[in-house]
Amino acid sequence: MLHPFLSVEMSMEEKVIEIKNITKKFGDFVANDKITLDLYRGEILALLGENGAGKSTLMGMLSGINRPTSGIIKVHGQKVQIQNPRVSNDLGIGMVYQHFMQVPVFTVLENIILGSEPIVRGRIDYKKATKEVEEIIEKYNLNISLKEKVENISVGMQQRVEIIKALYRKANVIIFDEPTAALTPQEIDELLVIFKKLCDEGKSIIFITHKLKEIKQTADRCAVIRAGKIIDIVDVQNTSEEQLAEAMIGHKIMEETKKVDHDYGNNVLNIKELALRKHQDLVSLQVAAGEIVGIAGVDGNGQNELVEFISGLKKFNKGDIEIVGSKVKSKSIREINELGFGFIPEDRQKTGLVLPFTVANNLALKTFYQPQFSSFGWLNNNAINSYAKKLISQFDIRTRSEKTLVEDLSGGNQQKVVVAREVANHPKLLVAVNPTRGVDIGASEYIHEQIIEQRNSGCGVLLISFELDEILKLSDRILVMSDGKIVGEVNPTETTSEELGLLMAGENNE
Amino acid sequence: MDISVILVTVFSTTLIYSAPLILTALGGTFSERGGIINVGLEGIMIVGAFSSVVFTLKCSSIFGSITPWIALLIGGIIGAIFSLIHGVATVSLRANHIISGTVINLLAPALCVFLTRIIFSGKGQTPVINQSIGSYTFPVLADIPIIGKMFFTKTSLVAYLAIVIGIICWYVLYKTKFGLRLRSVGENPHAAETLGISVQGYRYSGVVISGLLGGIGGAIMAQSITLNFSATTIAGQGFMALAAMIFGKWNPIGATLAAIFFGLAQSLPIISGYLPLFANVDTIWFQIAPYVITIVVLTLFFGKAVAPAADGETYIPAK
Repeated sequence: MLHPFLSVEMSMEEKVIEIKNITKKFGDFVANDKITLDLYRGEILALLGENGAGKSTLMGMLSGINRPTSGIIKVHGQKVQIQNPRVSNDLGIGMVYQHFMQVPVFTVLENIILGSEPIVRGRIDYKKATKEVEEIIEKYNLNISLKEKVENISVGMQQRVEIIKALYRKANVIIFDEPTAALTPQEIDELLVIFKKLCDEGKSIIFITHKLKEIKQTADRCAVIRAGKIIDIVDVQNTSEEQLAEAMIGHKIMEETKKVDHDYGNNVLNIKELALRKHQDLVSLQVAAGEIVGIAGVDGNGQNELVEFISGLKKFNKGDIEIVGSKVKSKSIREINELGFGFIPEDRQKTGLVLPFTVANNLALKTFYQPQFSSFGWLNNNAINSYAKKLISQFDIRTRSEKTLVEDLSGGNQQKVVVAREVANHPKLLVAVNPTRGVDIGASEYIHEQIIEQRNSGCGVLLISFELDEILKLSDRILVMSDGKIVGEVNPTETTSEELGLLMAGENNE
Repeated sequence: MDISVILVTVFSTTLIYSAPLILTALGGTFSERGGIINVGLEGIMIVGAFSSVVFTLKCSSIFGSITPWIALLIGGIIGAIFSLIHGVATVSLRANHIISGTVINLLAPALCVFLTRIIFSGKGQTPVINQSIGSYTFPVLADIPIIGKMFFTKTSLVAYLAIVIGIICWYVLYKTKFGLRLRSVGENPHAAETLGISVQGYRYSGVVISGLLGGIGGAIMAQSITLNFSATTIAGQGFMALAAMIFGKWNPIGATLAAIFFGLAQSLPIISGYLPLFANVDTIWFQIAPYVITIVVLTLFFGKAVAPAADGETYIPAK
């Protein structure tokens, strides 16, 4: 049988995949509700939606990880049952997952051929495999060293491995789940070039994201999905970023909370000649009450050490740190917290939360020992739960109940739990590290608002972030960190991201 | 005593004691490369030893001198079947691997001694087998001067077979499709699943291969060393094999070499009798040596050796 796409005439009207009335339920929960969506040959289709909207579930049904509860999927006009990943693979559908599906200790080549290995006399024919893979690399200009172990290559290269994996399996459709989340700006540009190249060769791309800018840059069409339903399918060229954002979150983007003009109070954080690393320059910085100080810098330039020293997670030798006037050097973490210290750590899953605990217990992690929550070593669960209920509604945490396990919440809501716990007690100093990393637009806006509100009510905020936009938007004053020291201070209203970028790279523009 | 006689004794006893450890350590390697921790090797060896002894006692009149060799296979098959308990518990029912392995270790000796009492009219141990795996002299190779006498005269044929099996296992794990897929399942089962590899299927094969090799290992212990079955036939060898696997970094060649080292440790009590140097040392020290060495090696190497990334992790397939 000749597939329609094999005909000489190439046109946008060729439907590669048709999804008709697909519903997927997990128990009572409807993850996808009667979704209908077509994919044409050679197009880039963006799938836009907040975390938990049902994008990944929908794509899981194309890749054979999830099975639809009802509805029809057609590939090249033929009705198909995608029972498992192998069927999906045979239908020419490749999937590049957000968390790459790779074996770190295997070589690039082994990762590519795994599951579809060429065999000669009982063993794997690595010679043939190398030849086949090299042909693909050449055709699509995806330069990579096949002998390197995957654990030793960059994230951008790992993504290439995934793309080659799909092409090696002769995929016509490649689905990318949040492909730019972990990439540097340069790597993103390279990826978008690869997208174009793939489409020129007649492949179709589905691109799951919540970054509007990238949709505008690359996609032909955009399907907006919200709460399991397709809200709209739009032509990207004729739609503005604002319109896309509104469709995604279901209401207009909220008016930004304005920073009130006020005089700053006394210093709530005073760091004096602190050595972040051995044999390195000393760092001094101050944060006043009612001020947001942003620290810009590339990951790994001393931010971790700074945060660990302030929060008491690590002890320091040289220098001094004062929080609200008290030296923290010999204080325990609890004593530091009781000075009025709030802390939104970088990794909510590792340091911010205890994932297998309930929302209520996570919200009480910092205060459970206090008399309102426990007496004589016995926890007062009623008090803890009702306190949690209050915070859940106050901070708009989307959870079924306060007894839901935190690990079952979406990333944005997990982060809201952390933020709620840390700001509910009205801290005098708040340290926030990448507070909106991996969080969707709605939750991200909300977290920014909370930070500004804290500032307005007189809390000093130290904001450490790798996202320049975030630093520029929130800070009253920006310090730039590079190689374990502070290399510059700029005023956010007078600087540009270019200037910041140069400072971050360690280049002095004197 | 002549130095060459001492060396011959050291080599041959080392090899004899190594053989069961090599096979069992190789078995453990397959299981753990697939991501299933197998602390039940001890129990699997016990079942292998028991079934092989019963087979030899009951069937030697039929098969004559090749009985012990068939008995090894019987031990392996019973070991493989017995290991399915561990497979069902860990792969299908997603039980904790250590708990399930411990159950295997508690179940095996109780079951085998119980069956011994039933089969051999209430006695706690079997009679001594009348056909066993004796020493073997390689034809031709034994005539090579010095080396021939040390390595190829009156030595353990099963130990040499075990080493060959070790090399085959390495080839299977690192050169074949089966090996690549088994290792991928032990490293990142989610990735394997997305490539259409049956995680459960490969994990079951890993466990069953460990049962097969561990069962043969136990059978070798009974057929060439203890020559009967009792509660003490397998006394920690399963755990030594586990230690050898870790010491050998989950690599069949490494595991084989480590098992030979532990074989040397196990043969110390016997060797010491021949060495005038140790004549005055109480033999109890040599008897506890293998166990002490096992503990020391494990503490020194366990943190450093890199286990398969998903070893011990239960895998839950998507709906």
